[in-house]
Amino acid sequence: MKTRWSCGERTPPGKPGAKGEGGADVILAIETSCDETAAALIDGEGRLRANVVSSQAELHARFGGVVPEVASRRHLELIVPVISEALDEAGVTFDQLDSVAVTQGPGLIGALLVGLSAAKAIAWSRGLPLIPVDHLLGHVSALYLDPVRLEPPFLCLLTSGGHTLLLDVQEHTSFRLLGTTLDDAAGEAFDKGARLLGLGYPGGAALDRLAQGGDASAYSFPIARLDGLDFSFSGLKTALLYEVRGLEHGELERRRADLAASYQHAIVRALVERTLQAAEKIGARQIAVAGGVAANSELREAFSSAALAPIELCTDNAAMIASAARYLKPIQPPGYLDLDAYASRQLA
Amino acid sequence: MKFTSASAAETEHLAAELARALAPGDVVTVAGELGAGKTTFVRGACRALGVEGPVTSPTYTIGHRYRGRLTVSHLDLYRFTSVSAAEWGDLEPYFSDAVVFVEWPEAGAGALPPARAEVSLEHDGDTRRRITIDSSDATLLAGLERADTRL
Repeated sequence: MKTRWSCGERTPPGKPGAKGEGGADVILAIETSCDETAAALIDGEGRLRANVVSSQAELHARFGGVVPEVASRRHLELIVPVISEALDEAGVTFDQLDSVAVTQGPGLIGALLVGLSAAKAIAWSRGLPLIPVDHLLGHVSALYLDPVRLEPPFLCLLTSGGHTLLLDVQEHTSFRLLGTTLDDAAGEAFDKGARLLGLGYPGGAALDRLAQGGDASAYSFPIARLDGLDFSFSGLKTALLYEVRGLEHGELERRRADLAASYQHAIVRALVERTLQAAEKIGARQIAVAGGVAANSELREAFSSAALAPIELCTDNAAMIASAARYLKPIQPPGYLDLDAYASRQLA
Repeated sequence: MKFTSASAAETEHLAAELARALAPGDVVTVAGELGAGKTTFVRGACRALGVEGPVTSPTYTIGHRYRGRLTVSHLDLYRFTSVSAAEWGDLEPYFSDAVVFVEWPEAGAGALPPARAEVSLEHDGDTRRRITIDSSDATLLAGLERADTRL
């Protein structure tokens, strides 16, 4: 099934010497689909001029530590300072923007609406076009930025906290879904595994660190064998639960690194095997990996010959939204005023 | 009412029996620890409600919305410690005109609309699960008599 977003693909304009200092068509992009409040600026040549994510330490410090409330209210508090910081970082004013891009979905509706409303307000007040972007297309589009600068066609493993997808990317903004997780996303398997090992939640990164001191062959965790190119990580999580339960507390402490290493190895193996099967099936010459789990060290090593999204662009950010926006047709005012957010993945 | 399930397929089957009785506005809480089969249960109910395509864990994204014969919302409060007024503001849209399943409902106690049924799943060995479905609705429970996994 082929999915094409928004109003189709356009060639990114590259005409020099317009408003922004770095080139034509300066896009402000906003992302608020989940936990991160993020804003970025990109110029007509696809160079990032600013990339601000609210989880960055300096912003936390400025707000005296962010209250960990899972609500759009947090986005509401952060959205204006985050956008201001991005404009400052780029040395760009609202008057120098050519368009505004924003994540339309999938994500938590209330959270998305904060970003969408801000983007509409900025665009409408300046008479600028708006570019709605799918969050998952955004993750793929991180690969179009420096230093990777990947061009389609390629096979993309998109693996994050909420999604695990294999995509046949034929053009910048259109791709075919080859496989998906049928239960938990790989990132969720990491985070819940971390919780079972006493590393807190979300603990995917902590599990990665713990695993580096462990023996990946100490435990044999199952890899789901499914027909086709889909993934399943739910059984793996349950298998870890049973291993953890079977150990006395002291023993668990001693075996934690081995458990982490073996568990991580099973997730990475599942991702790698499936991706290679997909590559063979469609005859892909180029494999790429994007999404939050693409920051995992073992996965990066296993995919060392693939195109890997830069670590800072793996987890949620607005730079990837800006990158996708360069290839999407903008909606002119007032066509976007009644645009709504969507909660669930649009590609079937 | 107590049931036992020997497999994910049986858990889905029981959920499908429950789903037959559900209408928009109904809330079903689905409790149980990691790996107990909460998402599996919701998947079974979704299939019976005509939802096609993957029904996956919404832990990270908090909410999914599926279109079947009815609209189905699939929420997960795993990452919540409680549900504040602001957080309820985010969740409320998912309750409008939909059958709502809530995984990890504990954090929502007192903040969510009353549940028409409360499902609880427990590990009972590698693949077996004990499943309890509580409801004050006699019609709903009568419909579940059909399920053949009753203890």
